[in-house]
Amino acid sequence: MNTFAESATTALALVASFDPALWTIVARSLAVSATACGLACGLGLVAGAWLGVARFAGRDGVLTVLNTLLALPSVVVGLMVYLLLSRSGPLGFLGWMFSFQAMVLAQVVLVLPVVTALTRQIVEDAERAHGEQLRSLGAGPLLRSLLLAWDERYALLTVLMASFGRAISEVGAVMIVGGNIDGFTRVMTTAIALETSKGDLPLALGLGLVLLAVVLVLNALIAALRRWRERLDGSVQDVTRGLVA
Amino acid sequence: MADPRTLAAGAAAADEVIRLAGIGVRFGPVQALAGVSLSVAAGERLALVGANGCGKSTLLRVLHGLTAASEGQVWRSAARQAMLFQRPHMLRTTAQNNIALGLWLRRIPWRTAQARALQALERVGLAAVAGRNARTLSGGQQQRLALARAWALAPDVLLLDEPTASLDPHAKREVESLMQAFAHGQAGDAPMTMIFASHNLGQVKRLASRVIYLEQGRVLADLPVHDFFQGPLLQAQYPAAHLFVKGEVL
Repeated sequence: MNTFAESATTALALVASFDPALWTIVARSLAVSATACGLACGLGLVAGAWLGVARFAGRDGVLTVLNTLLALPSVVVGLMVYLLLSRSGPLGFLGWMFSFQAMVLAQVVLVLPVVTALTRQIVEDAERAHGEQLRSLGAGPLLRSLLLAWDERYALLTVLMASFGRAISEVGAVMIVGGNIDGFTRVMTTAIALETSKGDLPLALGLGLVLLAVVLVLNALIAALRRWRERLDGSVQDVTRGLVA
Repeated sequence: MADPRTLAAGAAAADEVIRLAGIGVRFGPVQALAGVSLSVAAGERLALVGANGCGKSTLLRVLHGLTAASEGQVWRSAARQAMLFQRPHMLRTTAQNNIALGLWLRRIPWRTAQARALQALERVGLAAVAGRNARTLSGGQQQRLALARAWALAPDVLLLDEPTASLDPHAKREVESLMQAFAHGQAGDAPMTMIFASHNLGQVKRLASRVIYLEQGRVLADLPVHDFFQGPLLQAQYPAAHLFVKGEVL
């Protein structure tokens, strides 16, 4: 209990002191995970939406593999990306090992199945509800998938939150491909792992609380955005008054 | 892409808009339609009646091309079709955009589509809610909006799957009067061929010119509306349909 109290105090002290080292780590964590989420969402939303609508031979197999990838351990992803980026690996020429890009790539690989699988499920449900109408209006599978993804945009915000949560909270992959280099590739989770191994539990827990607080604030912002947009969409917008008169 | 069967059923009569020959539809072990043959002429108001699960909705979907027939041949003229579903499906955008989207999907430029969408909303008395999220409209308004979306496409054939089934009496009346107006070409509209499924025999009497009675995926009676509701004739020639009209088939 003392450790927790001490940790909370440490966390508050860290935040209040505006410790540049801490905020650099927080900013780097956010930058890595936000970039990875942006890339994974760009690919995963389109792929997931298409999978939600398209019917082709082998689709069930693809979905089984996709759902299995949801349980992909981050250390395995780290190891795979390490092998890809190592000097003798196929992407070794990029020189990305132990860099920001390597951490982003690892998190993209980690988060892409989450975004794709959840988007697929949401769009497939929407296809069941509205697909027939869109087909009747003449929309083909690609257009239908994009329209349904747009229609489910608020539900997809939850996918965004889930993927960001998965990215920012993982430690295995960024530790392996980033190397936890101070001032360069150290992020919140690797810093927590380091402080724990050094025995500085209050600092490690303090960092953990800061990490949670950052995610909490981001989720609250997205949830507020979602509520605001839903309210706006539900309200009467009598924009046609002039046109109709 | 056109279903090869669509073109294979041979030449049609001049005023024929759809013809089915020996259509069967199977969903796994369930035979939804079996040996259905029918022809629909331009301007007809055809009602499909029968108990739940008799194949009305499947038949409408085959006619519209949403469900592929497992056997038999479908012939469709070049007539434009639009379909209304029992529960109107609206996207999470304004009523006007929902209509404009249907037009845009038929390659009409967005601005033109918006203008035509507004005309369609005026036609069904919903111009005042043009800018409102379609999902926030009442069930009756949404079904009128769906009718407006169909009307905007200027279809020659309008298919409706129990369009008033989930509506209150007032909304039912509004939707039905629009169906009547579209079918008869009132208010300067061209008359539409109308094919609708309904459980409401009063509505069938009011709207249809011809009635098809289905049971377990088969057409058991295909009669002009006056004959269908003539008790003795129906009882003598189509006892199953007669029991349905009497309310003894659920």
